[in-house]
Amino acid sequence: MKLTLHVWRQKNAQDRGRMFRYEVPGVNEHMSFLEMLDVLNERLIEKGEDPIAFDHDCREGICGMCGMMINGKAHGGFKGTTVCQLHMRHFKDGDELYLEPWRAAAFPVIKDLAVNRSSFDRIIAAGGFISVPTGSAPDGNAIPVRKLDADLAMDAAACIGCGACVAACPNSAAALFVGAKISHLAHLPQGQPERDRRALAMIRQMNREGFANCSNIGECEAACPKEIKLEVIAQSNADYIKAAFTERPETAIGGAG
Amino acid sequence: MSATANLPLDELRFWETSVGKKAVMAVTGVLLFGFVIAHLLGNLQIFESPEKINHYAETLRSVPVLLWGARITLLISVCLHIWASFALWRLQRAARPIPYVKKSNTHSTYASRTMMWSGPIVLAFVIYHLLHFTFGVVHPGGPFDKHNVYNNVVYGFQFWPVSLFYIVAMIMLCYHLYHGLWSMFQTLGFSHPVYTPWLQRLAKVAAILIAAGNISIPVAVLAGFIKPV
Repeated sequence: MKLTLHVWRQKNAQDRGRMFRYEVPGVNEHMSFLEMLDVLNERLIEKGEDPIAFDHDCREGICGMCGMMINGKAHGGFKGTTVCQLHMRHFKDGDELYLEPWRAAAFPVIKDLAVNRSSFDRIIAAGGFISVPTGSAPDGNAIPVRKLDADLAMDAAACIGCGACVAACPNSAAALFVGAKISHLAHLPQGQPERDRRALAMIRQMNREGFANCSNIGECEAACPKEIKLEVIAQSNADYIKAAFTERPETAIGGAG
Repeated sequence: MSATANLPLDELRFWETSVGKKAVMAVTGVLLFGFVIAHLLGNLQIFESPEKINHYAETLRSVPVLLWGARITLLISVCLHIWASFALWRLQRAARPIPYVKKSNTHSTYASRTMMWSGPIVLAFVIYHLLHFTFGVVHPGGPFDKHNVYNNVVYGFQFWPVSLFYIVAMIMLCYHLYHGLWSMFQTLGFSHPVYTPWLQRLAKVAAILIAAGNISIPVAVLAGFIKPV
């Protein structure tokens, strides 16, 4: 099949950037979306042009590296699918596709479709540590975890940090990502000692990075390739509100050392 | 970026974060919703008799402490609601400086994406509504008598452009409440796979009933069902 692509081309972070049009004939329906871009890039290199930069790594839908907007939908808008797992059989001959990078002040473009998501790393880092004994491995079932909590924690932990939630959100909010990270540990006994501190620190860091608020509209949930639910945002809101109202200076008298 | 062992308390206070501002919006939203319900129930007495609604208006004014307590609470709620929404709106503008060439919103409701439109329209309505029926300074269509609420309403709504504005504003209120009523639960930390969809349905029904109830008054006047006495 033959496709027409309109691709955001931007030389570097300082460049203004603009959309470029590419004709891509000979696209095989068995290709993944990224393989189709690989083919286009090979052709661009043969012509002596600069290939299109895009993020990718595992190409198995589990690393969270890839991602771009296809016709205004994060990862192309197919349920539970990262762009590397998106196959060309979903498109038809003559389709016109607009490819754009994730758009957020907190995700500056590095080049073309590749964005810098270090803001996510800083939010994770702000979350800090959990108190677990190091040394010999503890017995697997030493700490009982309710089945429901284990399920909810694992569902939240499925977040791969790709940034599709931010890209799909009209507010460029990172609430789903932060919610997933806060919920994940909030449901586990290992996450309890630092639970309040973690919620406060991650939400504050999220705001410092320039992500806006959640307005509960649900575009993120639909775009998430790991199908994280809006429920995680409510959980992180609850944790944040509780923590904010119980936060107090450390006591200097007595205490536990 | 050390692990945050001791968070300085003065770092970002509750209302300085986006979640804190949303919580302010949710709590003030609950208060304003309570007012909207009470206001509607009071107004619907116009269908009973002119004496009934005029007496109701007198009763409200008879205890100034309660009246002014309610007015001040509402004024503070409105101010906080607007302040938080404006601050968040600015945050949103700053969060995406370069817009998408193409952006498709597939799973969100129209109401949820237009809160920043329905809100200011409802605010403009509230300001006019106060000038219209509380202060009586912009009351085209007939004389304004502070002690005859019934006639004020009838004369006020017989002037059709005013009625039309009221009806449009109530449709905007309907949209605003449809998203706001369930959204505040999510903001304050309640979300449930079974109960949240019910909250959404309930919000829809409540929003439509409130708008329909309010709209019924100008429509009844325009249709000649309610006449001046």
